[in-house]
Amino acid sequence: MKYLALAAATTLAASAAAADTPELVVYTYDSFVSDWGPGPQIEKAFEETCGCDLKFVANGDGAELLARLRLEGARSDADVVLGLDTSLIAAAKETGLFANTEVSADYALPIAWTDATFAPYDWGYFAFVHNADLDPPSSFRALGESDLKIVIQDPRSSTPGLGLLMWVKDAYGDKAPAIWNGMADNIVTVTKGWSEAYGLFLEGEADMVLSYTTSPAYHIIAEEDESKAAAVFDEGHYMQIEVVGRLAGSDQPDLAADFVRFMVSDAAQSILPTPNWMYPAVMPSGGLPKGFEALVAPEKARLIEADKVPAIRDEALAEWLGALSQ
Amino acid sequence: MAGRTLSVSTFTGISAAALVVALILAALLAVISRAEWGGGLTAADWAAIRFTMWQAALSALISVLLAIPVARALARRHFRGRQVLVTLLGAPFILPVIVAVLGLLAVFGRSGWVNGLLGWLGLPEVSIYGLQGVVLAHVFFNLPLATRLLLQGWQTIPAERFRLAAQVGLTPGAMFRVIEIPLLRQIVPGVTALIFVICLTSFAVALTLGGGPRATTVELAIYQAFRFDFDLGRAALLSVMQLVIAGSAAVAALWILPEAGFGSGQDRPVQRWDARSGLPKALDIVLIGLASGFLLLPLWAVVLRGFVGLLQMPDTVWVAAGQSLMVAAGSILLLLVIALSMAGWIATRARGSVEAIGLLGLSASPLMIGTGWFILINPVLDPALLSLPVTALVNALMALPFALRILVPRLRDTVQDFGRLSQTLGVRGRWLWRWVLLPRMAPQIGFAAGLTGALSVGDLGVIALFADLERATLPLQMYRLMGAYRMEAAAGAALLLLAMALAIFWLCDRGGRHLAGT
Amino acid sequence: MLALEKGLIVQGDFRLEAEMRLEPGRRYAVIGPSGAGKSTLLAALCGFLPLARGRLTWEGRDITDAAPGERPMTMLFQDNNLFPHLTVTQNVGLGVRPDMRLSAEDRARVASALERVGLTKHADKRPGALSGGQQSRAALARVLVQGRPLVLLDEPFAALGPALRNEMLDLVQALVSETGASLVMVTHAPDDVRRIAQEVIYVADGRAESPVPAADLLDNPPPALREYLG
Repeated sequence: MKYLALAAATTLAASAAAADTPELVVYTYDSFVSDWGPGPQIEKAFEETCGCDLKFVANGDGAELLARLRLEGARSDADVVLGLDTSLIAAAKETGLFANTEVSADYALPIAWTDATFAPYDWGYFAFVHNADLDPPSSFRALGESDLKIVIQDPRSSTPGLGLLMWVKDAYGDKAPAIWNGMADNIVTVTKGWSEAYGLFLEGEADMVLSYTTSPAYHIIAEEDESKAAAVFDEGHYMQIEVVGRLAGSDQPDLAADFVRFMVSDAAQSILPTPNWMYPAVMPSGGLPKGFEALVAPEKARLIEADKVPAIRDEALAEWLGALSQ
Repeated sequence: MAGRTLSVSTFTGISAAALVVALILAALLAVISRAEWGGGLTAADWAAIRFTMWQAALSALISVLLAIPVARALARRHFRGRQVLVTLLGAPFILPVIVAVLGLLAVFGRSGWVNGLLGWLGLPEVSIYGLQGVVLAHVFFNLPLATRLLLQGWQTIPAERFRLAAQVGLTPGAMFRVIEIPLLRQIVPGVTALIFVICLTSFAVALTLGGGPRATTVELAIYQAFRFDFDLGRAALLSVMQLVIAGSAAVAALWILPEAGFGSGQDRPVQRWDARSGLPKALDIVLIGLASGFLLLPLWAVVLRGFVGLLQMPDTVWVAAGQSLMVAAGSILLLLVIALSMAGWIATRARGSVEAIGLLGLSASPLMIGTGWFILINPVLDPALLSLPVTALVNALMALPFALRILVPRLRDTVQDFGRLSQTLGVRGRWLWRWVLLPRMAPQIGFAAGLTGALSVGDLGVIALFADLERATLPLQMYRLMGAYRMEAAAGAALLLLAMALAIFWLCDRGGRHLAGT
Repeated sequence: MLALEKGLIVQGDFRLEAEMRLEPGRRYAVIGPSGAGKSTLLAALCGFLPLARGRLTWEGRDITDAAPGERPMTMLFQDNNLFPHLTVTQNVGLGVRPDMRLSAEDRARVASALERVGLTKHADKRPGALSGGQQSRAALARVLVQGRPLVLLDEPFAALGPALRNEMLDLVQALVSETGASLVMVTHAPDDVRRIAQEVIYVADGRAESPVPAADLLDNPPPALREYLG
């Protein structure tokens, strides 16, 4: 109890001191705010202009973020939520907790962005990452026919896992189960999250791992290691677009809207690519960081419309479970 | 006996037990309160329940079957470094899942050492993925625990029996039938059930090494219900199923569990005159070697991977290590208050079946407890403020069943031997603890505290649901590093974590024995 | 005076009726066949077993339900009379104050009790480092500092050799004479009875008889006692 009282007292003292500066609470996922993520720089840049105190609250990944919002409901302290993605937008809107934000930006996305509630701040293509000396397959079919071993993530517990599910479903529709059947003997195992899968791949447990086309950028830029590459598939690549939106119940609606717009501004966009290892939603004035030019560029981008995701998702999961549980 | 027994801590003991029940039930009710009831359990849920029970039963059975010869060999062999080996063998039990899995894969994986050796010999490679992998990993985690529990049991066989056996010249076979089988019959069911309960809540291990959705456990189904479907009703229902299965196993186990189970932690070999030479001796040496290899090689892999990473760890890892130490200290304190009060109550009762309450914390889904308490705390306080205390409390609850197994028998003996003397002297309440119980139980308290601290340092637990930037434990920080591609730094953090867990265990265990003057 | 009126002790199938008055400063021996309930009687007087019926008073005050530590008596058991983890001084100190917060005066009392039983040199040792006789002396030093009006002995010296046992009995007798306490002692040996007891409580056939003068009883035993004594 002492700890509690102490913690409460500290918080009170802190908030009393900062009473004149408004506080903007932004919910986001864990890796965004870690010391090596974009969070600290974003916070500094926004606080320079807003005359406010930006407070990040981190929680697991996008799906856990949404679960937390649902648990908190309208009582939530959050003013802004940063880090949901296109597969979660429909469920997020359904909660009725979000308010529209007027944003105008010249998006550098492979698709047109029309959503009025959420603004995209970065994006990437899901892809299988492999060692550069491997001659990768060029489609799911070719992968299924090969002897290559892959590690993927469980769609029930992981965002990339869900992305792969939607990718196969979008590309093959009713034939998706057959594709999964074909790949069943290539899948070494399915992990809880991205970290486990990528760790297994680096340990040499598989030839390829489900990740992003931007993953090799980390190895090139941070480790000066060009031994990793992403395989381009003929079916096109499913996209993950990460979005930011503000809550209707916010006590700082103007500040919240400012932050949403800030996230697509050049100040934020030029920070994002390296620490988040994703493409910026708007091309920064300085262009992409050096190293990104070495990444493969898929010819076709795939994305299922947000409002169709929930129904397709459940059907695709059932097919996936059916194919891999045999 | 209708006698007036010493009341050690009946009131606080019942209060502590009630608190444990309330903590779990409150979480469950909080989740249910927010649930919209859809349907009941689906066919997939039932499949998950069946798979969970099957893998847990198999893991428990194999862990115990392998632990019997290992414990027997350790019980009758005395060699230099035995004490260190026994401590090290406890390490897998306290490792975070992901670290242990990567360690196992370095040895048994597709490009692991075993397959490397097989390839060199021109033999086909073996796959770890599948039910065999789940069981292998669970045996890796729990074989040390089973061995330790059995070893304690072996040491309760009075030396006189072995003297008698030596007098009449029993053969090793006869020895096993006459002395050891009755002992095993007493201990094995309880140990098996305990490991069964531990394996019930397995999730990441089962999925990763099980090779895919075939290996869906109840815990994963709960996770799916929370995260993928946001179906709190189903999550609660699955949590209840998990509690019921674990609870039944726990009650069944305590019914059979002998009082002298986890024992005194003295851990000295009984002097024996059997199996002194020839085949039995060679067999023991081979067994101890094999078990050590199986358990220590993956740990060695963790150490090797970690060394490079130690230098690459960002400063935040050290901050997190500090927070983890605080959490561990908090867990130890909470555990000791709860476990000692409950033990004081249980030890003065004729039957110890209320000890089953202690298993609640172990069998409840951490995700369910975390979410439930998040729902309860959130309207009142910022959950992040409470992330470290809540983590410490949940870790303490998980360690409770082990602590009770360690503390209750010794406390029962102490009350039996010195209860009347204390009563005659009027030594009561805190003075009873201060002058009689605590000094008598110092080695057991040290052992229980060490186990709790080590478990707490290594457990990711519920922190992920509550934590913010400033409040992260070492396991959480390690996961964050992995999530940011920084696998080497994460491996360094894992090594630090392993070292910390072992150091805490060693310090507490030693400290307890030192205080007891042994 | 300790008075047990119409006492009944029940332990499972076992029943023991008892009726007695124990006078201050007297020495009583409790004798009787094995399993007759001698230890049970002492346990009931001390408060370890509840009375199923009857009333126990001390100088007119009802102590039937008093906790063992609150009764005017102390007891030495067959074993476990000392805490093995505490030093001799600490063990004796617990007899002065159960919370061990000893004043200078208290400590002086402990030291003089140890001197009285001849253990001054061993004051800082733990019981494990003492001989059987020395352990008995330490326990007696504790009895001494407790200063209770009644001292109950449940064969605490049974494991000692004959000479040592006599030495202890003499010490006990001397100690109770000095403090004026009454002594109630379970024993099997008629010699012990003759040596120190003034009166005998005979326990047999589910009854504990009122005390009778020791010499009379031993010189002229009833048939059952004669058979028991052999």
